[in-house]
Amino acid sequence: MGKDKLRLGFNGHFEEKEVEIAAGDPTPWDPSQTFSILGARTPRLDARAKATGAARYSIDVRLPGMLYARILRSHDPATVVRSLDLTAARKMPGIRAVLAIAKPGDALRFAGQEVAAVAADTPERALDAISAIRVEYGARPFVVEIDKARADGAPLVFEGKVETKTSAGDAPGAKKALPRKGNVQGPRASDKGNVAEGFGKADAVVEGTYSTQVQTHSALETHGVVARWEGDELTVWASTQGIFSVREELSQTLGVPLSKVNVITEYMGGGFGAKFGAGVEGVTAAKLAKEAGAPVKLFLDRKEEHLAVGNRPSSVQWVKAGATKDGKLTALQLIVHGGGGTNGGTGTSGPLKNVYACDNVKTEEFDVFTNSGPSAAFRAPGHPQGAFALEATMDELAARIGMDPLEFRLKNDPSEVRREEFRIGAEKIGWAGRDARRRVPDNPALRRGVGMGAAIWYNTGGTGPKATVTIHRDGSAEVVHGVQDLGTGARTMVGIVAAEELGLPLEKIAVRIGDTRMPYGPGSGGSTTTPSTAPTIRAAAWQAKKKVAASVASAWGVPEEAVVASAAGFSMNGDAGKRLSWKEACGRLPEEGVSATASRAENHPDAWKRFTAGAQFADVEVDVETGLVRVRKVVAVHDCGLVVNALTAESQVHGGVIQGISYALYENRILDRATGRMVNPNVEQYKIVGAMDVPEIDVTFLPVWDAVNNTHSVGIGEPATVPTAAAVANAVSHAIGARIRSLPITPESVLAALDGKARVAAMPGRETREGGRA
Amino acid sequence: MKTFTLLPVRSLLEGGRESAKPGSILKAGGVDLLDRMKEGLETPDRVVSIAHVPGHDGIEVGPPARIGALATLARLDSHAELRRVYPALADAAGGAATPQIRNMATLGGNLAQRPRCWYFRQAEFDCTKKGGAQCFALNGENRFHAIFDTDVCCCIHPSATAVALLAYAARVDTVGTRGKRSISIEDFFVAPREDPTRENQLAAGEVIEAVVLPAPAPGSRSVYKKLKEKESFDWPLVETAVSVSVSRGTIQDARVVLGSVSPVPRRARGAEKILAGARPSAELIARAAEAAVAGATPLSQNAHKVRLARVMVERALREILA
Ligand SMILES: Cc1cc2nc3c(=O)[nH]c(=O)nc-3n(C[C@H](O)[C@H](O)[C@H](O)COP(=O)(O)OP(=O)(O)OC[C@H]3O[C@@H](n4cnc5c(N)ncnc54)[C@H](O)[C@@H]3O)c2cc1C
Repeated sequence: MGKDKLRLGFNGHFEEKEVEIAAGDPTPWDPSQTFSILGARTPRLDARAKATGAARYSIDVRLPGMLYARILRSHDPATVVRSLDLTAARKMPGIRAVLAIAKPGDALRFAGQEVAAVAADTPERALDAISAIRVEYGARPFVVEIDKARADGAPLVFEGKVETKTSAGDAPGAKKALPRKGNVQGPRASDKGNVAEGFGKADAVVEGTYSTQVQTHSALETHGVVARWEGDELTVWASTQGIFSVREELSQTLGVPLSKVNVITEYMGGGFGAKFGAGVEGVTAAKLAKEAGAPVKLFLDRKEEHLAVGNRPSSVQWVKAGATKDGKLTALQLIVHGGGGTNGGTGTSGPLKNVYACDNVKTEEFDVFTNSGPSAAFRAPGHPQGAFALEATMDELAARIGMDPLEFRLKNDPSEVRREEFRIGAEKIGWAGRDARRRVPDNPALRRGVGMGAAIWYNTGGTGPKATVTIHRDGSAEVVHGVQDLGTGARTMVGIVAAEELGLPLEKIAVRIGDTRMPYGPGSGGSTTTPSTAPTIRAAAWQAKKKVAASVASAWGVPEEAVVASAAGFSMNGDAGKRLSWKEACGRLPEEGVSATASRAENHPDAWKRFTAGAQFADVEVDVETGLVRVRKVVAVHDCGLVVNALTAESQVHGGVIQGISYALYENRILDRATGRMVNPNVEQYKIVGAMDVPEIDVTFLPVWDAVNNTHSVGIGEPATVPTAAAVANAVSHAIGARIRSLPITPESVLAALDGKARVAAMPGRETREGGRA
Repeated sequence: MKTFTLLPVRSLLEGGRESAKPGSILKAGGVDLLDRMKEGLETPDRVVSIAHVPGHDGIEVGPPARIGALATLARLDSHAELRRVYPALADAAGGAATPQIRNMATLGGNLAQRPRCWYFRQAEFDCTKKGGAQCFALNGENRFHAIFDTDVCCCIHPSATAVALLAYAARVDTVGTRGKRSISIEDFFVAPREDPTRENQLAAGEVIEAVVLPAPAPGSRSVYKKLKEKESFDWPLVETAVSVSVSRGTIQDARVVLGSVSPVPRRARGAEKILAGARPSAELIARAAEAAVAGATPLSQNAHKVRLARVMVERALREILA
């Protein structure tokens, strides 16, 4: 333990701060530091394996004697299971295990809910067998539209207690018990200052109702596991964001000691918040494998993936905001009704409460249950929805007081980091000339527009993770840490931090991750992986290196403090003659080398604190005759503390922007209102942005030396997607001169907005009141 | 997918004969068929593949042009001579689906593929097209559905090449157990009013052998245009092919075709009538485009498609009459 004076902050805004350093933890890097590899553009360690197909994802795992499982699901949105007969299925050729998931009397609450499962020697036979399972259902009334679900007398999704599915990645507050009336649960409420007074002080007030659709996670690798029992020990290869949370769930639901459950994720094909637990499919696979006495593979198909394993809930947000003539926000108010199907946690208040400074803020968040697949945490839960409504409101308010929307934001943004990001982004997108570029020479049908939005995020990782670093006699090193790499580049990040601390080239370091038999690694949610893992790796590497230094000291017969470690090796304070290269020093280690296991230290309480900030700008082109929108360019300026790997950090922002554009313009889970079934459970009609529709994306990072942890690192996965849809929507509105209040923005919604424009313009000086209060 | 036997055949006639047997179905590229089999909409015991029958993938531009049923969309797109004489067909083929699909998809399969209506394509909806009692789209989720002929089944026909072929007054040559015939492309398609469970009049055992396009009239111009929400991996919201011949400043003959708006590709005869014998002008084009969508009966969620169709016809006409 000790206090260190550190220079913290960001470009042009540095200050000296005393920071308490935990014992066993290295001092955070200093801004004057030159790095050998940290922050450079380093290709992924597994790039070649992935590009050549050599990388073995969980979905690729094939074991000798492995069986294939399938799940039978209900086709209807609300039923009661009357009877379930598995006998015919059991007798089908190649069937090795059959399992009831629902039992007679159980209520099924959405189309796609699990009923039973089989394991067979081929996938085809498993599929044949589930159609031989005889189920009698009793139909119940259902409701799939959120406005209908809110109405008096609507069919109740939960007649009794609410049974929501929760997972390690749920939005904060999702688990709190809340009052419920009919299908409406809530509110989760917050009230700061006095909004009535705030609106009273305002020179301009705007309000509007904003709605957003359900987006499904659509990770390339679907949910699933391969499960294998060896005696009473279970090993599971999972497509998961948290190998340890999968282990926890399997241990609890199956009653197997934690010590006898191993979870492995070597490579993973994407996860955005819905892959923390074992899930019904994981538990089912383990049970089938036990019954069959053979390993079982159970991976969902694309349709099941859309129906049953999570989504970003829909929202209807009523927002009211007031400001003074000179551009000071006086009040912000939000009432949101979120549609998370059979799940809650649908709030969207994050951006409105936290981005802009305002003394009077009131929010009320209601979950509306419907008979549709449950929501799950999805990349910045609540935030893309909330940012869409908030940033549109900011633009409208700026217009009302006759102020430039950028200037209005700069006046109200308490984050000096984000203000700097707004300035950088505005410069890059050409904000100043945006009005002049609205018309396109030679094409009267086209308009261009530029819009912006703010990103915010909160998490900076935390304690729990452990890592072991071993330095071998030949000078090479090995890092063992039970984190999983979702495709974000975590494996490479681990290697880079160790390489930097040890002064070794990356090739000399072996990175072993993705297995619960390793020291505990964090679940990858909340953008906490890098800030949890990187400081752990650095601490372990630092401690292991100190052990090499100690062995040098004892060889030289001097105290440990006298030995100075550097990239070149070891030398003695003040004695030019005493030197050992890294290789020589390691060569004197015992056969087993030296190892150190370190734990992630607490976040430094006296760090340079802020919320993670970002700013994005979108440049769009709209065909006003067809309503078609094309995004031409997105400028994204973000802070994620100190960047570990510029290449993969940039990839995260690319991914966030691409997913945000997809959300803004295309993705939409469409339920048939008459039957409650999803009509587009595929990737053809559930439209996801494709390569041809991805614009130029210009990414800038603003390095912030925050000393939150010893590497100054903060996550970027979620903030990267928070403001994209908001910026695109604002750009479209700028282009066409009319406001669009629902996502996704489609040709018909653009045309409708253009048609409605005359109406709005005919009422100068009046508040916009489309839809009124939700 | 149900287990089946793959039966490769050596001639189209054999393909016809074998596929006419119970439990059998014809496959060319298989792009469309496999999707339907995976969903359980088709459960054949035998899949009769004509994919490797030699001699039917040729493109003779003529004119008249003759294109074998097994020519892929990718080849139609990349054939320079075809593109010069029949640009709307080359563009329709080249803009459909994705490069991977175009490498597999055949012209015959493209014409005989079945609609992508999301109710039809899911086994759990027993819709009129499957012989059921109800068109779920009529009062359901119908944003992408038909705006014409919506009374029985409001799916839209998916074939892009058909839209262009209609503009060129092509004929479809078939071979089968009952001999050969040549069908005008307009008569080839069957509207739901006649029979909602099929889209064309191919009989059991009848196979498309080739498509024949007459020589374009002197001074004729043609174009295919479509509107897609996404440029990657998407279907058109509306599409149009237009062919006109102009002589001494007057439009002699015009064929205006709309795709993705009706259960079978649709000729906009009202627009054609306005154009024939008239002198091109902005006003004429606007009137013709308006006429092309006259009588539309859009559904609850797709009124915008009427406007989109009008705009696309207008743009197509402007492009070739400018
Ligand atoms: C994402 C996506 C986007 C697409 N976008 C478009 C688009 O924009 N425009 C478009 O037109 N298409 C589009 N397609 C469809 C694609 O072009 C067709 O599926 C393809 O052309 C079918 O050709 P095939 O040879 O694979 O037919 P197959 O799948 O082999 O056959 C289709 C049907 O035709 C029958 N058949 C095949 N050949 C013959 C023959 N010679 N005589 C008689 N019957 C025959 C078969 O029995 C079968 O019923 C898209 C497809 C996808 C997946």
